[in-house]
Amino acid sequence: MKILVAVKRVIDYAVPVRVKADKSGVEALLPKMSMNPFCEIALEEAVRLKEKKFVSEILAITLGPAGVQDVLRHALGLGADRALHVVSEQELQPLAVARLLAAVAKRESVGLALLGKQAIDDDSNQTGQMLAALLDWPQATFASKVEIDTSVPSKMRAVVTREVDGGLQTLSMELPAVITADLRLNTPRFVSLPNAIKAKKRQIEQLSPDSLGVEIVPQLRTVEVNAPPLRNAGTRVSNVAELVERLHNEARVL
Amino acid sequence: MRSLVLVEHKNERVEPVTRNTIKAAQILGYEITALIVGDRVEKVAKEVAETLAVSKVLVAKHSFLCHQLSEQVAQLLKSIVKRDSYSHVWAPGSTYGKNILPRAAASLNVQPVSDVVQVVDKDTFVRPIYAGNALATVQYISQEGPRVLTVRPSAFPVSESGPCSSKADILYVQDELLSELAESSTRFEGETVSKSGRPELGSAKIVVCGGRALKSAKNFQMLDSLADVLGGAVGASRAAVDAGFVPNNLQVGQTGKVVAPDLYIGVGISGAIQHLAGMKDSKTIVAINTDPEAPIFQVADYGLVQDLFTAIPAFEEEIKKLQRA
Repeated sequence: MKILVAVKRVIDYAVPVRVKADKSGVEALLPKMSMNPFCEIALEEAVRLKEKKFVSEILAITLGPAGVQDVLRHALGLGADRALHVVSEQELQPLAVARLLAAVAKRESVGLALLGKQAIDDDSNQTGQMLAALLDWPQATFASKVEIDTSVPSKMRAVVTREVDGGLQTLSMELPAVITADLRLNTPRFVSLPNAIKAKKRQIEQLSPDSLGVEIVPQLRTVEVNAPPLRNAGTRVSNVAELVERLHNEARVL
Repeated sequence: MRSLVLVEHKNERVEPVTRNTIKAAQILGYEITALIVGDRVEKVAKEVAETLAVSKVLVAKHSFLCHQLSEQVAQLLKSIVKRDSYSHVWAPGSTYGKNILPRAAASLNVQPVSDVVQVVDKDTFVRPIYAGNALATVQYISQEGPRVLTVRPSAFPVSESGPCSSKADILYVQDELLSELAESSTRFEGETVSKSGRPELGSAKIVVCGGRALKSAKNFQMLDSLADVLGGAVGASRAAVDAGFVPNNLQVGQTGKVVAPDLYIGVGISGAIQHLAGMKDSKTIVAINTDPEAPIFQVADYGLVQDLFTAIPAFEEEIKKLQRA
C-alpha cells in the first residue's frame, strides 16, 4: 500500500513572529523555517507503518514556490521514499491544497493519506477533512493512535483513536481513508547525518497545478493582519493574602 | 440571507459552545435555523426550540446518525444547504465542528473560515493565526456559495440562558433526504469520556490550570480541591498532559482548548507560546510560579513568585475565609 503524507514548510514553532508594519502579514524574528510539527508527526507515523510492513512506499508531498523544497529533503531524510513538489507561486488556500492532494492521491492510487491536523501558521485545521470529502473517503481527524486491521486482507481497516473535546473516541474505517495526526500520536525521530546527506542527492519530482488538472481560484482575500490587543503589564503580589485581597477588591472576580 | 447553525449536543443536552455560535450568527441579523443531527434528540430539540434565539429547529433523526460521524453529517449538511439555500453555515470551533464543517464545505466547493473571533460583515471575518499572535481579517471574494464558518466560542460570551420569548417550530428532515445518505464504512468502536462534577472547561467562569511543576497526577488533586472551592474548572498545560498527569481533554493551548474565563489561575506553568494562545484572552490572569522569569508573568495581571506547594493550600484557606466573611 502506498501512503501519501503532506508536509508544509512553516516558520519554526519556537521562533516568535510579529505583524508587519504594512499589515500584510507576519514576519519571523529569526530566519528559521521547519516542517510543520503536525506534518512531522504524520510522516513519523507513516514511517512506523512502513516498518510494520503495512506500507510499501511513502510519498511525501509539498506545495508552493521553489523555496519550499527543503522540507522535502527533510522528509526524505526521515524516511519518505519519494518526494513530490507541486510548484505554484500563487497563494494556496486549504481548499486548493486539498484539490491538488486529491489529484495526486488518485493519480498515484494511494491507500492512505496521512496529514497533520493543522499547520501552525494559518491554524486552519481544514485540509485533511476537505481532502477526504473530495475523494469521498472516510476520515479520522485528531488521531492519537493508529492501528491497521488486516483480518480481512481485501478490506484493510484503520482503527483510529481520536482526541475529541470530551475525551477519546475510537473509529474504524475501510481504507483508503484520510487520517490527521494530533500531538500525542508519536514523537518524531531525528534525521541521522548519513540520511540527511543521502537525502540531498535524491531526486524531487516536480508537478504543476495544470498538469494535475486543478485550477486555483482563491475564494478568500486577506484584508489585513493586525497584532492582538496587548495586555497591560500586571503587578507582583508579595503573598497569598494580598493576592486574594486584590482579586476580591480590585479585580472583583472573587 | 439566512443562517444555518449546526448544533453540538450530547443527546441529553445542548453543548454550551452551541450558544456561543448562535451569538456569533446573530450579529448578522439574519433568520437562524438550528440543525440537530442524531438519534434520540427529542429532548435536545425541545431545549433548542425553547431556550435558543432561533426561528426554526430542523431535526435529522435516524439510528445511523447516533454517533454523528463526519461522513454522514457533512453530506446531510450539504444537501440541506443546497435545498434551502442558506447564505451562512455556522458550527462551533470545537473538535466536533472542526471535524465536520470543512468536509461539508469542500463538497459545497467553499473555502471555510476557521475560528472566527469577530464578525465584521456578511463576507468579512476576523480569525487568529500563528497561535493567536496575529489576527487576520479575511473576506470572501467569490460571490457564489454559502459562507462556511466555525466560531471560536470564547470570543462570543453568552449570559445564562433563560426561556426565549417565543418558541421556535421544530421540523423533521424527511426520510427521503436521510435515505439518500451514502453508507460509510466508518464504524464507531467506543469512547472514553472523562467525567467530572465541575463546570465544562470551555465555558467555566474560573479556570485553574496546572503545569509540569505539579510533578504528579496525585498533586493535581490540590488543583481539583482549589477549583471546587472556587466553583471552577481544572485545565492543564501540554507538558502536564504529555507527562500523563491529566487526560488530554484538559489541555489548554493552541492545539487544546481555548479558554477565556473571568479568572484564570496558572499554577506551575511557565507560559509557552502554545499555552498562552489558549488562555491569554482571559479577563484576569493570575500566575503562581517559583521562577520570576517565567514568560507567563508577562501576561499575568497578578503574579506571585512562590512555591506552589505552599501557595495553593494557603490560597484555598484564604478563599474559604473570604467566603465565610
